[in-house]
Amino acid sequence: MSVSSLPLAKTMELGSGVRTKLSGFVRLLRDNGFIIGLSETRDALKIIGEGMAQRPSLLRPALKALFCSRQSDWTKFDELFDAYWLQRGMKSATRSSGAPQKAPVGIKALANGQRGESLNDNPDRVERGKGSDVTEVGQSKREGASRTELLSHTDFRHLTNPDDMIAAHALAERLSRSMRARLTRRMRARRSGQKIDLRRTIHKSIAHGGTPLELVLRKRKDKPLRLVVLLDASGSMSLYSALFLRFMHGVLENFREAEAFVFHTRLIHISPALREKNAQRAMERMSILAQGHGGGTRIGASLATFNRWHAKRCITSRTCVMIVSDGYDTGTPDALGVEMQALRRRCKRIAWLNPMIGWQDYAPEAVGMKAALPYIDLFAPAHNLQSLEALEPYLARI
Amino acid sequence: MKTPQDKIAVQLAAVGYVPDRDLATALWLMESLKRPLLLEGEAGVGKTEVARALSLAHNTKLIRLQCYEGLDQSAALYEWNYQRQLLAIKTREGDDSDAVEEQIFSEKYLLERPLLAAIRQPVAPVLLIDEVDRADEEFEAFLLELLSDFQVSIPELGTITATTIPMVILTSNGTRELSDALRRRCLFHYVDFPEVDREARIIQSRLPNIDATLALEIANMVAHMRKEELRKSPGVAETLDWAATLAGLNIHHLRDEPEAVFDTLMCLIKTTEDKSRMSREVVDRLVGKVA
Repeated sequence: MSVSSLPLAKTMELGSGVRTKLSGFVRLLRDNGFIIGLSETRDALKIIGEGMAQRPSLLRPALKALFCSRQSDWTKFDELFDAYWLQRGMKSATRSSGAPQKAPVGIKALANGQRGESLNDNPDRVERGKGSDVTEVGQSKREGASRTELLSHTDFRHLTNPDDMIAAHALAERLSRSMRARLTRRMRARRSGQKIDLRRTIHKSIAHGGTPLELVLRKRKDKPLRLVVLLDASGSMSLYSALFLRFMHGVLENFREAEAFVFHTRLIHISPALREKNAQRAMERMSILAQGHGGGTRIGASLATFNRWHAKRCITSRTCVMIVSDGYDTGTPDALGVEMQALRRRCKRIAWLNPMIGWQDYAPEAVGMKAALPYIDLFAPAHNLQSLEALEPYLARI
Repeated sequence: MKTPQDKIAVQLAAVGYVPDRDLATALWLMESLKRPLLLEGEAGVGKTEVARALSLAHNTKLIRLQCYEGLDQSAALYEWNYQRQLLAIKTREGDDSDAVEEQIFSEKYLLERPLLAAIRQPVAPVLLIDEVDRADEEFEAFLLELLSDFQVSIPELGTITATTIPMVILTSNGTRELSDALRRRCLFHYVDFPEVDREARIIQSRLPNIDATLALEIANMVAHMRKEELRKSPGVAETLDWAATLAGLNIHHLRDEPEAVFDTLMCLIKTTEDKSRMSREVVDRLVGKVA
């Protein structure tokens, strides 16, 4: 990043110098997730032209109001402003746009998967469980649909072949798409509340001398289901988190109102990163978020963060919260119980997907799992794609 | 040198709203760039109050549109007066139908709703679009169009162009994520709870007879309570209620009257859960801190 060393007051007279410097600042902000269009930049030049640039103390609040568009921008802005215009704390400000060489592998590898690349470098890959079903997966016997069928029965743990992984990802995406489509159809059939559209009715009644013969009706609009997915990305879940991240990506793409979170020792809001259209930048953002991935889990504390900061925005009475976790919690079960109760009060349904249910002879023995059970509407397995598909009618009923 | 921001700050303070520097700048930009201003922040920080104060300071009309789920154009923009239309059709039965149509779709039969009213004022009003996050996404898209063109087309009547560009303030409580397009179009200001000294000044500007030290103590006390992780943090309006109550009881120092402080705390506390959390001991400890 080139930062000219001209003092602020001098850049005023330069014209093109101001332009360059400002566009550099806009680029920095865009790299940090600000949404800034051309008209905003134009207005910024106008502000500077009105003499606001003589003192940073005047320029800062003006640009802040203009360029910020959400609370997260608001809190980031000052640091970025200082870094760029006053050249303070450069390192921290540019980090998020820089190349993430040192980033931990975990979610970064998942982001690789998003672009359809191989997951060969994923350290979470485990070779165990090479039973008879696995060898069948490796050597595809038939083409097309039958192969998909086979995959959807395979426990995710055994999906180690990169090609299979990609196929599984595609399946997850397709699934979430079909889920969305069926949802809207069913809603439409049920919601038949109709009102008379007075305006159109009266307009048509003129021809009949004011007698409203032709009634124009208005149908109620479909209310799309909202889905909030909370994914456990701790070490014990690492075999599954890659696939579920892909699933979440599919969900975000296909649901109009959906939010995605990842939690381990803390909660991370990953919807913006997953929504990033540019694959390279999505990967960068994911790798920044990845710190702490694959460690322990504090489900209670993560849910508390969710309830405190995100619930109000994400959750309405039509929201289904989907928690994907094995229930192994290093926090206290009491805390988890309290937070589950608080969450229960707010949302329509809580579905807890536990990959371990797919294992034979599994009983929800984990302390955390036991504390959470009373507040769960649906406790379902999620060890293969078939189990996810089985969820669909349940979600459609909401 | 007095900057335009300072002027706005002084004007607002005169009508009882004490803005911080960032907000004053945002308001100045809103007027000079003719962009809408989006205010976000927790409930009770005084977002709506900004619009009211601005309209008082400019001595202009405040037009308010409260958003809710299912809000549509007929409630926000305009509606035909159906009863009158029906009557007119009946009384002119047998007349030429074109003439009847022309008559009943004229201005006389048009009911202005807030958005249309806002762009047809002789003096630019303040248009407050409250809790825009409660409205549907379709309405948001429509709003975006209106806020950039400031003209409305009514199929039966033609296009109505704004006579004046209103000062538009949108507020959001964050129940739904707003679209990027709307956010980009708007200036943004995050309204936080005021700092202690600013809240004390707010109290003094609203209750001119109050003791300066008492105002400061109240502001301090409320600031401490907001750190107590209550379910519902007390807002500025609640602070003012409480200050008025204490002033009415002739209290000069919180420490002198712990009983009265505890008893009047219901001005600030709104849920039973918070009430049990703010026990007598907690309140006494907080009073000890601030007084």
